[in-house]
Amino acid sequence: MSLIVAIEKTYGAFHLDVSFQAEREILALLGASGCGKSLTLKCIAGIERPDRGRIELDGRVLFDSEKGICLPPQQRRIGYLFQQYALFPNMTAEQNIAAGAHHLKKSQRQQRVAELLTLLHLEDASGKRPRQLSGGQQQRVALGRILAAEPEVILLDEPLSALDSYLKFQMELDLSDLLASFGGITLWVSHDRGEVYRNCRRVCVLDNGRSAPVTSMTGLMAAPGTVSAARLSGCKNYVTPAPTEDPYVVVIPDWGGIRLRCGSPWQADITQLGIRANFVRPAQSDALNAIPCWVARVVEDVFTTIVLLRPEGAVPDAPLLRMELPKDLWTGAQALTVSVAPEHILLLR
Amino acid sequence: MDWFPLFNSLRIAAISTVVIFFSGIFAAYYIAKLPPILKGVLDVVLTLPLVLPPTVVGYLLLRLLGPTRPLGAFILEAFETKLVMTWWSAIFATVVVAFPLMYRTARGAFESFDRDLADAGRTLGLSNTWIFWRVRMPCCRQGILAGAVLAFARALGEYGATSMIAGYTPGRTATISTTVYQLWRTDNDALAFRWVLVNIAISAVVLLAVNLLERRSRSAGRRKAVG
Repeated sequence: MSLIVAIEKTYGAFHLDVSFQAEREILALLGASGCGKSLTLKCIAGIERPDRGRIELDGRVLFDSEKGICLPPQQRRIGYLFQQYALFPNMTAEQNIAAGAHHLKKSQRQQRVAELLTLLHLEDASGKRPRQLSGGQQQRVALGRILAAEPEVILLDEPLSALDSYLKFQMELDLSDLLASFGGITLWVSHDRGEVYRNCRRVCVLDNGRSAPVTSMTGLMAAPGTVSAARLSGCKNYVTPAPTEDPYVVVIPDWGGIRLRCGSPWQADITQLGIRANFVRPAQSDALNAIPCWVARVVEDVFTTIVLLRPEGAVPDAPLLRMELPKDLWTGAQALTVSVAPEHILLLR
Repeated sequence: MDWFPLFNSLRIAAISTVVIFFSGIFAAYYIAKLPPILKGVLDVVLTLPLVLPPTVVGYLLLRLLGPTRPLGAFILEAFETKLVMTWWSAIFATVVVAFPLMYRTARGAFESFDRDLADAGRTLGLSNTWIFWRVRMPCCRQGILAGAVLAFARALGEYGATSMIAGYTPGRTATISTTVYQLWRTDNDALAFRWVLVNIAISAVVLLAVNLLERRSRSAGRRKAVG
């Protein structure tokens, strides 16, 4: 079972060009807001029509611009969890779920709705209208409604963004259990790398309407490849490198010409060097990749200390190096040497 | 006092409200989906009767439906029926004049309807007809009801176009508004005043009904907000 998507759509000045293949899994679509994530989901669900391309689900063509095929959403068997859930406000929780089971005979429908209400712990909420439900309950009703329609694919549009952080984690656990029991294809759209990291094995990064090849989540963290993917994966430090005679060594002109050894060789299209803030660590001055720095600023975060460092010899407007330490590792200093292991130096396009 | 004008006004207003209710919703739903230019043109055409003097509407209707005009002549020949100067001729006038009120309020209600609700329904496999009657209409109920009540009130008070197309025949085509004018013209001030009072009473009841509807929807909203 697989979902193959290769579509293009122009929307005013915005151009969407997305292609990926999802198997029986939870595939993440990771992108900043406005990068075309929701539009991609709407095209797959059949709510929006792409200009060109093809969408195929398990050998069934849902959309093909060349053959002029465009199935209506009703025939696609693709469930869509809207960001604000889009529950029918004039119906109770139970009626909303029953609406999803509309294709079943009446007796079967009642049984199915009762099962889903139990599965989603909504027995007490069944008679309430959406406005009387909490955010978490609303999401469960919306999921129940989707499951009642027995889809082959579930699309989740920022499923946790409408919930407050206290509820969020419990909802996340419930959602991942539910998706595990669903067993079909799930696309999980998010801008939050943590959420994606915890719930998805593979990820497709979307940057300004363009999709990158699907990679594993650990692969994305270890070698994001592009600046936008590195940003989405949470990388905080960027500086412009230049090549040296040794392909594994780069020089940073903005940081006083310091030389850094990298885990991967230089390539012609490299534009930026990325360093994750929590891989910067205090070091001896003779350590590999040692960077002597002045402390520019110290910011106390909840569980960590953020130290902004100015490498010695840096040009005036050079980007500061951000280091994040557990609080007990920061002893306070005006100057110190830090280092970054070569495998944590990210060469980015 | 002969109550025929009251009865006649009410049946004309009631029938035209039914006609306007469905045609107004139909127009509002489908015109919203048209390309912008066509939508703009149709919007102007359908709203025009709201701002035109009713006598102009009456004139245009007579040009269309009069016994010597194409449509009127055709109907006269085919069905041996005159389209003007009967009690139901006034329905043509009230439908045209009151239609924009229903059309515009229904369109406003449909425009504020959350598109995601319809899209969610479609991805669940629900037909567009089901979504229309079970979700869109209930969600837009207040606006549509308000439009229907306003259209009814306007149809009840229509004078200009009605008097031109249905005339004034006591006991046959007389409505409250044409009766008031006729009584005043013939110096029957006392009776004219009584009909004026009847008219004011009906209008007040209609407005009261609109206000009650609005208050009920507002308090329903408050209850939901608290829950």
